[in-house]
Amino acid sequence: MHNTPQFNWQDPLQLTLQLSEEERMIRDAAHNYCQDKLQPRVLLANRQESFDRDIMFELGELGLLGSTLPEAYGGSAANYVSYGLIAREVERVDSGYRSAMSVQSSLVMYPIYTYGTEQQRCKFLPKLATGEWVGCFGLTEPNSGSDPASMLSKATKVDGGYCLNGTKMWITNSPIADVFVVWAKLDNVIRGFILEKGMHGLSTPKIEGKFSLRASITGEIVMENVFVPEENIFPEITGLKGPFGCLNKARYGIAWGSLGAAEYCFNAARSYTLDRQQFNRPLAANQLVQKKLADMQTEISLGLQSCLQMGRLMDTHQCPVELISLLKRNNCGKALDIARIARDMHGGNGISDEFGVIRHVMNLEAVNTYEGTHDVHALILGRAITGIPAFC
Amino acid sequence: MKILVPIKRVVDYNVKVRVKSDNTDVDLSNLKMSINPFCEIAVEEAVRLKEAGVASEVVVVSVGDKACQEQIRTALALGADRGIQVDTDQKPLPLSIAKLLHKVVEQEDPSIVLLGKQTIDGDNNQTGQMLAALAGMGQGTFASELKIDGDKALVTREVDGGLVTVALSLPAVVTTDLRLNEPRYASLPNIMKAKRKPITVTTPEELGVTIESTVEVLKVESPASRSAGVMVDSVEQLIEKLKTEAKVI
Repeated sequence: MHNTPQFNWQDPLQLTLQLSEEERMIRDAAHNYCQDKLQPRVLLANRQESFDRDIMFELGELGLLGSTLPEAYGGSAANYVSYGLIAREVERVDSGYRSAMSVQSSLVMYPIYTYGTEQQRCKFLPKLATGEWVGCFGLTEPNSGSDPASMLSKATKVDGGYCLNGTKMWITNSPIADVFVVWAKLDNVIRGFILEKGMHGLSTPKIEGKFSLRASITGEIVMENVFVPEENIFPEITGLKGPFGCLNKARYGIAWGSLGAAEYCFNAARSYTLDRQQFNRPLAANQLVQKKLADMQTEISLGLQSCLQMGRLMDTHQCPVELISLLKRNNCGKALDIARIARDMHGGNGISDEFGVIRHVMNLEAVNTYEGTHDVHALILGRAITGIPAFC
Repeated sequence: MKILVPIKRVVDYNVKVRVKSDNTDVDLSNLKMSINPFCEIAVEEAVRLKEAGVASEVVVVSVGDKACQEQIRTALALGADRGIQVDTDQKPLPLSIAKLLHKVVEQEDPSIVLLGKQTIDGDNNQTGQMLAALAGMGQGTFASELKIDGDKALVTREVDGGLVTVALSLPAVVTTDLRLNEPRYASLPNIMKAKRKPITVTTPEELGVTIESTVEVLKVESPASRSAGVMVDSVEQLIEKLKTEAKVI
C-alpha cells in the first residue's frame, strides 16, 4: 500500500528532487553561509547604508564569485543551475548582496573571460575570483538608461591607447572597485574597456540617499581624459551585443534571485500571521490571509520551476535571450507584488526594518527596474511575438 | 596517521518531522536530509588534524542505502579524502552498525575512529562505545577538545561537574560533542573536487556481518503538546503548588 503523497508547502513541485547531488550540495552550502553569516549583518547594513567589504572576501573564499568560469581562472566550472541556486540563496537575505555578487560574476568576470585577451584573463580573473579585487560595470549614464545606444561616453584613439571621457550612473560597487568594465563609443561604435583604480582622471563618487539596495554600495564613474592603454580594450567585441551578452547572464541570476527575496517574504508573512493573534485567533485563520499566502506560494513555485527549465536550457546552450526577459520580468514583478502584500500582512510591524519585509519591498523596486525594466522586457517579448520593434 | 570518520544521513535539523499516520515511524519522504551535525563536527576535526599535518588520510564511512552517498560526498567536499559506503536497505541499530564499523576498522586499520556522540534521529549515543568495546580500543566520549601527543590522544570530555581530560593509547575511539569545533562551509571548488574523490561500496555480506534487529518499535507518537499554565493568586499558593503538585521543592 502506498502512503498518500504528502504536499510540501515549501517545495510544492519538488524542485529539490530535480536537482543533481552536486547542485543540492552547492545550494545547501550557499544557504548555510548566507543564513549564518549574511543574515545577521543585513539589518544594520541596510539601516546605516553600509557595505561590508569583507563579504567579497568571504564570497570569494567559498568560490561564489565567477563560479561558472573554468578552474584555470579561479572559477569552479559550476553550471548555470548552480549559479541560479546561489543567487536565490544570497537574495533570500538581501538583493543588495546578490547585486554585489552578480556584478562581480556576470558583469565583470564573465565579459573579461568571454571578450578579453588571454593576458586580460590572467591578470584580472584570479584576483576577482578570490574577492581581493572588486569589479564594477559601467553602461548606464545620467541620460542613457533603457536606450544604451544613446550613450555619450566617448573614447578617442591616442598614442599607445585610448582617452576616455564621460559619466556612468547607478554603478553597483563603483566607489570600492578596483576594476571597471566600461562601455564607450570609439568612432561611434560601442567598445568595452577595462579601467583600473588609480588611473589619472578616474573618480567614483558614492550616490547617497538610496531608499533601495542600501546594503550594497552604488556610485558614479566619472572619466575626465582617462588614459586607457591598448592592452585594456576588448579587442573584438563591438556594438550593444557586448554589454547585452553579460547583462543576459546577470538577468538570468536576477530571475532566480528575486524569487529568493519573495520566498523570504512569503515565509515571514506565514510565520507572522500564524503567531499574531487578533480577535482570539491567529491572523492566518482568516480566509483573506490564506488566499494571499496561496497566491504567493503559487507564483513562487511556478517561477522556480520555470527558472530551473531556463537553467537547464542555458546549460545546454539552448536558452534564447527572450526567455531570460520573460522570467526576469515575471519574477521581479511577482516578487515585488509578493513583498508588498507581505508588508501589508505584517500590519504596522511591516514598516519596521526589524521584520525585514519592508527592506525587501524597497530592494525589489530597484531589482524590478535595473537590468531592463519590467516594461522594456515586455517590449523585447512584444518584438518576438509580433516581429515589430516598438522601443521608440 | 589515518582517521576513520563514520557518518550518518539523517533528516536535517531544521526540518520539523511528522509522524506517519499508521504510527510506525516519522515520515521522511521528500524531506531535506543532511549529515548528522555531530558527525559533521567529527569530519571537521579530522580535516583540521590533516591540515595541521597530524593526520595523513581521512576516510569517511556510512552505513545505508545509495542515498547516503550524498552525505559521503558532502564530507569529501569538506576535505575528507575518500569514502566507503556499506550498502544496505535495512535500518541497522547501533550494535549492528558497530559490528559493521568494527570490520571496516579491521580493514582500514585507522589510528583514530572519530565519530559523533549520537545521531539526532535515534539519539541512542551507543555506537561509539560499542565499537570501542568490540575493537578493544580505548574510548574518549563527548570530546570538547582533542589533541594528539605522540602515541596518545588527549581528549577533554564534557561531564556534569566540568571537564575531564583522558589520555588514550592509540588506536582509540573518540566521540564528538557540540563544542569541539564549528564546521566550515563546503566551498564550491571543493564540492567540484569531491566529485573526483573515490567512494567504494561494500556490503554487510562482504564484511561478514548479519544485521540483526533486536529491538522492535511498537509505536511512534508526537510529543504531547504542552497544556496551558495556571495563574496563582499569591506567593503562598505558588509555593504550595511547587511543593504538593510539582514536587520540586
